Amino acid sequence: MAGFDKVVNTYEEAMAGLESGMTVIAGGFGLCGIPENLIARIKEMGVKDLTIVSNNCGVDGFGLGVLLEDRQVRKMVSSYVGENALFEKQLLAGELEVELTPQGTLAEKMRAGGAGIPAFFTATGFGTPIAEGKEVREFNGRPYIMEESITGDFAIVKGWKADRYGNVMYRHTAQNFNPMAATAGKITVVEVEEIVEPGELEPSQIHTPGIYVQRVIKGTFEKRIEQRTLRQA
Amino acid sequence: MALSREQIAMRVARELEDGFYVNLGIGIPTLVANYVPEGMEVMLQSENGLLGMGAFPTEEELDADMINAGKQTVTTVKGASIFSSAESFAMIRGGHVDLTVLGAFEVDVHGNIASWMIPGKLIKGMGGAMDLVAGADNIIVTMTHASKHGESKLLPNCSLPLTGAGCIKKVLTDLAWLEIEDGAFILRERAPGVSVEEIVSKTAGKLIVPDHVPEMTF
Repeated sequence: MAGFDKVVNTYEEAMAGLESGMTVIAGGFGLCGIPENLIARIKEMGVKDLTIVSNNCGVDGFGLGVLLEDRQVRKMVSSYVGENALFEKQLLAGELEVELTPQGTLAEKMRAGGAGIPAFFTATGFGTPIAEGKEVREFNGRPYIMEESITGDFAIVKGWKADRYGNVMYRHTAQNFNPMAATAGKITVVEVEEIVEPGELEPSQIHTPGIYVQRVIKGTFEKRIEQRTLRQA
Repeated sequence: MALSREQIAMRVARELEDGFYVNLGIGIPTLVANYVPEGMEVMLQSENGLLGMGAFPTEEELDADMINAGKQTVTTVKGASIFSSAESFAMIRGGHVDLTVLGAFEVDVHGNIASWMIPGKLIKGMGGAMDLVAGADNIIVTMTHASKHGESKLLPNCSLPLTGAGCIKKVLTDLAWLEIEDGAFILRERAPGVSVEEIVSKTAGKLIVPDHVPEMTF
């Protein structure tokens, strides 16, 4: 690597430096737009006691679900979990901690974390169990709760195309949490379907500017579908 | 007769207006999309980052990168846009969505809603529901009026942990269309063949019954 060139050629290099006990922010919604090969690499590395910040936790045997198999996850910060039997088992056994967070609050926690804003006020969750212990302030006659932002030691992101400088474009709804995750990692690793030369992507169409990105790797993806719903042609 | 799932969706669809941006929750609310009146344009918002959700894809159109908030594969309509989760919830939390339709376990006379957590059962999470109820002004809750055992779900106070406080003003059950105002349910319409007495007996929260309660027609 030289200058702005962020491309690495192996998944070993892509996740180098990840250690047990770290916080990893992951993009993806369900199984859509998840960094599936970076997750698989974390499984291979065998690091433990991870805090994973991700909207969901994959399914049995795919996505973040694979990190449960060897009990690598200590805590999940998510809005919706439990699509996998192993997750439920570990949760009920007290081997896994879950911090349920409203989906919009989760997105904003990542966005604000990446933007250097340590906390924010939101009406979401006021009067509900998730407001317990949180500061309440009134603005224009309405109560809001304070939510603290999130940053991670690593952010793992799935893009569509990137150039060598780490400018990233996402494809369709595989965008989801990925752009916010990308801003909130001390080390942000993006895996993509295609790497192009700088200048090949239209500057105004870039979703994640390369300044947020430390490493880029080209992968091949299974892109498993969670709910295959079709209509007759 | 209590309303069928389809009739609930049909009744909700009468609240649509031309040019509305609408978020439909999972389950019965999703069916509302099938009853948009002819000649009316509405855009469906899906909170994973899509405005202008279309029908399910054909085999040829199927694309793993194109899903809705229920994680189902979908298509886009003409004029759709796709964006990040933060942008999606800026629309929701910023009050830009014209109508939100979602299900619930319980609602009460204070406009509280409980829809995500039953203590003692496995808790999967609230997803985007807390953001939707806190951010939207115009919300319709669709639910059954009472449990299978006849216990009312329209209460003086919700017994389950809340999804949102003081945010619900309109409720459509299988028996009735109700509004919530000043600490009471107001009975606005009843399902065909359902008596006011039955609705009164199955509503635990304070219920105001106007002199005339029209029957819905389908």
